[in-house]
Amino acid sequence: MNAVRKDSKLDVEAIRRDFPILTQSINGKPLVYLDNAASSQRRVVVIEAISRYYEHDHANVHRGVHALSQRATDMFEGSRETVRRFINAHSLKEVIFTRGTTESINLVAQSFARPRLQPGDEILISHLEHHANIVPWQLVCEQTGAKLKVIPIDMIGNVNFEAFEQLIGPRTKLLALAHVSNALGTVVPVAKFIAVAKRLGVPVLLDGAQAVPHSVVDVQALDCDFYCFSAHKMCGPTGIGVLYGREALLQAMPPWQGGGEMILSVTFEKTTYNDLPAKFEAGTPHIAGAIGLAAAIDYLTAIGMDRIAAYEHELLSYATASLAKLEGTRVIGTAAHKAAVMSFELQGIHPHDVGTILDVEGVAIRTGHHCAMPVMDFYCIPATARASFAFYNTREEVDRLMAAIRRAQEMFR
Amino acid sequence: MDLKDLYRDVIVDHNKQPRNFGKLVPADAHADGHNPLCGDRLTVYLSMAGDKVDTVKFDGHGCAISVASASLMTEAVRGKSVAAVGDLFHEVHNTLTHHDAPIDTERLGKLAALTGVRDFPARVKCASLCWHTLNAALDMYARHQAAAPTVSTE
Repeated sequence: MNAVRKDSKLDVEAIRRDFPILTQSINGKPLVYLDNAASSQRRVVVIEAISRYYEHDHANVHRGVHALSQRATDMFEGSRETVRRFINAHSLKEVIFTRGTTESINLVAQSFARPRLQPGDEILISHLEHHANIVPWQLVCEQTGAKLKVIPIDMIGNVNFEAFEQLIGPRTKLLALAHVSNALGTVVPVAKFIAVAKRLGVPVLLDGAQAVPHSVVDVQALDCDFYCFSAHKMCGPTGIGVLYGREALLQAMPPWQGGGEMILSVTFEKTTYNDLPAKFEAGTPHIAGAIGLAAAIDYLTAIGMDRIAAYEHELLSYATASLAKLEGTRVIGTAAHKAAVMSFELQGIHPHDVGTILDVEGVAIRTGHHCAMPVMDFYCIPATARASFAFYNTREEVDRLMAAIRRAQEMFR
Repeated sequence: MDLKDLYRDVIVDHNKQPRNFGKLVPADAHADGHNPLCGDRLTVYLSMAGDKVDTVKFDGHGCAISVASASLMTEAVRGKSVAAVGDLFHEVHNTLTHHDAPIDTERLGKLAALTGVRDFPARVKCASLCWHTLNAALDMYARHQAAAPTVSTE
């Protein structure tokens, strides 16, 4: 990630006024929402863009000659262009709308990996992956006889590069890596992993669900082959995400799901598939979702991804330093480069109890295994508490988090 | 919602110093309970004296609610018949899941300390995990009895 740390002065108070959900109380206390890595909140313009579309412009896309269908199609395809520009994809054909990161990875597993894998071939992932970047590969391994290889991590939460160099080899048919760890916040230095993979001709998929909301992502600069992310973690709607794929690879891949939209002609004898990107978008797409995603991207871009990254980094540093001042606390995942995720433990207090006590104090965090059970196993813990920050969070909210943590500690003294 | 109602002194105490914690060897039956949502795992061990529960022990890890609930349960079921354990489970479950259910402190005894949980629906599963696990152990014991009735050497 190449976030430039320059002026991070955001008018956070003004930003917060645009997020209606943040101005509520939970248990009589102002909500402090620190579960952004699970799902972020939406600015009112995103919600309005979706409402406006349904109120004025909705019809099915790519089908009718009537005005509404044309308008809906223009908006939907316009959203694709917004996404393309945002991640700097080479062509619109490389931007596939999916239900989210999970579906994007499954699409690659089934349409790209499955037909190419022979028994004994290998897929390489790391130990810090989200289940969404583990299970699709296990499924395709079961289907093909391929093997899943796992790059180890170290105690601070870095992916072991030397071990990676040992593990990647002639049998490796795909490298699938998280760009940013959801459980630990580690920013994986993917560039050097990709460089090695490219030298050996191994295609690379990046799970960018936690990276795209917090940094500038340029898929051409990364030189990855596939990049997956979800709208709802970046102030967009749920139920829509993106698969970026290198055009030549997508062209060579068979369709994943069949149906309308993805065809040019159908007879009972033979069906001709549609061109990219429609080939991978069977059925009526989530039109409103794409429009909402584009509105979210316009908003994030207007603020500036580099300023967002810098501000969130300051918040994380402040939170980490504040937690360190409290006795009996431990941060899990202490890599030098982290996104604004703070997984932590309180001595003698189970994360589940922490979550409940914080909730009563109005502070929303995630507790559990964060869909990364192997990471929990690595640290020999059943779960962590995780505070994850967005650009609309404030230092005062970090202080509220710390006060709530002290309350939990008093409770269990 | 009052946290003190959830984390009563009895709960905090039983979490810190769980009673009957550890393996029971030999056990007539044991069963594993797992709440995949929060990672709580516990094993409940059971020894019987006739149709009555003799000793119940447990080990594993979990949140304060699940550990305290298991600890309180091991004390509450000792010496009770299988049917009485069933009744008690029903009573506990009913009290935890129905907001308006009357709290029969006489029947519940110390278990009444758990009733604060019902204001925290996300935590009811934590309190009931040990009971479901004990039920599984009792079922296993019953199946073993049916398949191979204990032979007395006396």
